[in-house]
Amino acid sequence: MQEIAMTILDIIQNSLRAQAMQIQLWIKDSIKDNMIHIEICDNGCGMSLETLQQVTNPFFTTRTTRSIGLGIPLFKESVEATGGSFQIDSRLQKGTKIIGEYVKNHIDTPPMGNLVDTMITCIQFDAKVNYCFHYQNDDWAFDMNTEDVKALLDDVPINQPEIILWLKDYIKEGMHQ
Amino acid sequence: MKSLDELKKIREQAKERMAVRGQEGQEYRVVVGMATCGIAAGARPVLNTFVQEVAKEHLPVTVMQTGCIGMCALEPIVEVFDKDNQKTTYVLIDEKKAKDIVLRHLMHGEVIDEYTVGHYSK
Ligand SMILES: Nc1ncnc2c1ncn2[C@@H]1O[C@H](COP(=O)(O)OP(=O)(O)OP(=O)(O)O)[C@@H](O)[C@H]1O
Ligand code: FES
Ligand SMILES: [Mg+2]
Repeated sequence: MQEIAMTILDIIQNSLRAQAMQIQLWIKDSIKDNMIHIEICDNGCGMSLETLQQVTNPFFTTRTTRSIGLGIPLFKESVEATGGSFQIDSRLQKGTKIIGEYVKNHIDTPPMGNLVDTMITCIQFDAKVNYCFHYQNDDWAFDMNTEDVKALLDDVPINQPEIILWLKDYIKEGMHQ
Repeated sequence: MKSLDELKKIREQAKERMAVRGQEGQEYRVVVGMATCGIAAGARPVLNTFVQEVAKEHLPVTVMQTGCIGMCALEPIVEVFDKDNQKTTYVLIDEKKAKDIVLRHLMHGEVIDEYTVGHYSK
């Protein structure tokens, strides 16, 4: 993956396919601490211990259209190639938590890329899912909870194209772009 | 700084458009493949191009995400379903081609042959 933001989107696609209704994305991007910390937490169907042990192996997938799953192994390899650390924790019926921490100044650390597009793509997927986004760097932070947005929307689904377009500008401003 | 309160205005506009879309019915369903291979090949900007153009042009079109479509080498893949559920599969799509599909297929009902999977597998 060319961007960390694309990897995040891919990991969240797993959560969505696991029927998660609540997804948390927590990012700390710090020059001071020389790290990029990514944490994705969902309340989806979770994985059994057996699945969990196989999931970082690229020859494992539960989908039927292709015999290998790439998302999680790619994330793990990409983080570890920078000397960083990767962690995955999951419980059946409870959910899954994935943490990847890149060493920021390592030559193999991908650029952060377009987090704004990743967030609105997540929101676009299904109006019923809720997100908690948190981003911080050494100078500022951005927080958004889709439940706060929905409270203002009456019956209009949050993923109506007009709403998505407005949210994109809103998040862009929040992300200092 | 934009405040969330501004959303109330947009909400009313969205309601009107939804009502229009409801009356006229959905003309098309656009489905973008968002498996790992799709995302790596550039599916995110393709999806967002469709969302943006549908909003701008007020099109009676639903944009959806799906997982694997089964042809990694041809990602990003976009499927367009018409009212009768007839499917057109477009492959190797980028932002520019997505805009062409909006203009020619979604707005004028023309299938763009040279972007279809049939064209590539010939
Ligand atoms: N958040 C999650 N909750 C429950 N199960 C998960 C979650 N993430 C991954 N899995 C399980 O692990 C498997 C492997 O995930 P991975 O992302 O590596 O590959 P994939 O999603 O199957 O395919 P790809 O990502 O290449 O499109 C999935 O098929 C799914 O069964
Ligand atoms: S995983 Fe690539 S098209 Fe299915
Ligand atoms: Mg995956």
